Amino acid sequence: MPSLKDLKNRIDSVKSTRKITKAMQMVAAAKLRRAQDAAESARPYAERMGVVMSGLAASVGGSDSAPRLIAGTGNDQVQMLVVMTSERGLCGGFNSTIVRAARRKILELEASGKTVKIITVGKKGREQLKRDFGRYFVDHVDMGDVKRVGYDVAAAIAADLMTRYDAGEFDVCTIFYNKFVSVISQEPTVRQIIPATFDAPEEGAEADALYDYEPSEEGVLADLLPRGVSTQIFTALLENAASEEGARMSAMDNATRNAGEMIDKLTIVYNRSRQAVITNELIEIISGAEAL
Amino acid sequence: MANTMQFDLVSPEKRLASLEATQVQIPAAEGDMTAMPDHAPVITTLRPGLVKVTGADGSVTQFAVTGGFAEINGESTSVLAERAYVGEAESRSALEGFLEEARQRAVDADGDHKDVAEKFVADMVHLLEDME
Repeated sequence: MPSLKDLKNRIDSVKSTRKITKAMQMVAAAKLRRAQDAAESARPYAERMGVVMSGLAASVGGSDSAPRLIAGTGNDQVQMLVVMTSERGLCGGFNSTIVRAARRKILELEASGKTVKIITVGKKGREQLKRDFGRYFVDHVDMGDVKRVGYDVAAAIAADLMTRYDAGEFDVCTIFYNKFVSVISQEPTVRQIIPATFDAPEEGAEADALYDYEPSEEGVLADLLPRGVSTQIFTALLENAASEEGARMSAMDNATRNAGEMIDKLTIVYNRSRQAVITNELIEIISGAEAL
Repeated sequence: MANTMQFDLVSPEKRLASLEATQVQIPAAEGDMTAMPDHAPVITTLRPGLVKVTGADGSVTQFAVTGGFAEINGESTSVLAERAYVGEAESRSALEGFLEEARQRAVDADGDHKDVAEKFVADMVHLLEDME
């Protein structure tokens, strides 16, 4: 049986934990709103880009002169995986779900005899993958100094990937990130970005495929594809940022609730033992008086 | 015939402008072009330059863009710019920094890339001159 003083300390410590988790939850809520706004405002660009690219790809993609970014290298031996996670922890299962998806993919690729290369974005994923797959790491992007996910971050990652692709360092590139569905649900998403894949154009979309292209279809496409890669990475980073805050918010909400429950339980134990102490003292006094 | 069309300028980070316009001048890859309502559908890449938009009320707005592409059709013109700036002062300093970067890239590049990069630098210099 812990002493009264111990219980009191325990309650105080859980109370201050609750204060911290509560504060973190509120900070996450504010950041989540900002991240969602950012993802929202990035959408028109990405959508337009997607529509124009899939239209173009449909008309040029089949031909022999199709750029390497669509046609691929004709090989899928070397696989580049870009694993996007967060810089900070305390966000529930956010990082482990991505890492789990990446791990599954890596094992699958290993089993089929492919060469795996990994670029990690965000420290947490790197830490988790390091032990088993550290030998595959080729690069790491530190997001620690990035206050707000900007397009330049995505453009830099994309430029790095393009250089590596042109140098023949890999054949297929896949990104791993969490897609933001809602505050309580984030979906680990695996997406192949090189060679580019397109959503099939919708029915009836053919009607506006009458565009003239300047300088030429191939020229426009060659200019657009690298931008398409950056745009997809940018979208993934934004989704990831929103998911991270969402996950943190619900994790902290849970923690706050658990702390509350614990305080209630401890308070009951504390009050009981306080009463027991009083009763004991009374018994001592009464039996002392009777003995006289 | 409609005498205005929808003009949108979007960058990857946000929508910078969305308005009714009577004409839009675009720095296309192979020379400036002006789009007016009922223009034939065109998709073109951009070189660094100024996008000039004449609004329905006759006011002209300028945006500096560093590349991207434009989609023009009868009812609307959308410019998707990698980086775009509104307003003189801030866009100038941002562009100058960007020009430095581009110069550096031109120096580092080789072969075909060098030509492209040097043309890009030249376009940027023009853009800055035009803004004065």
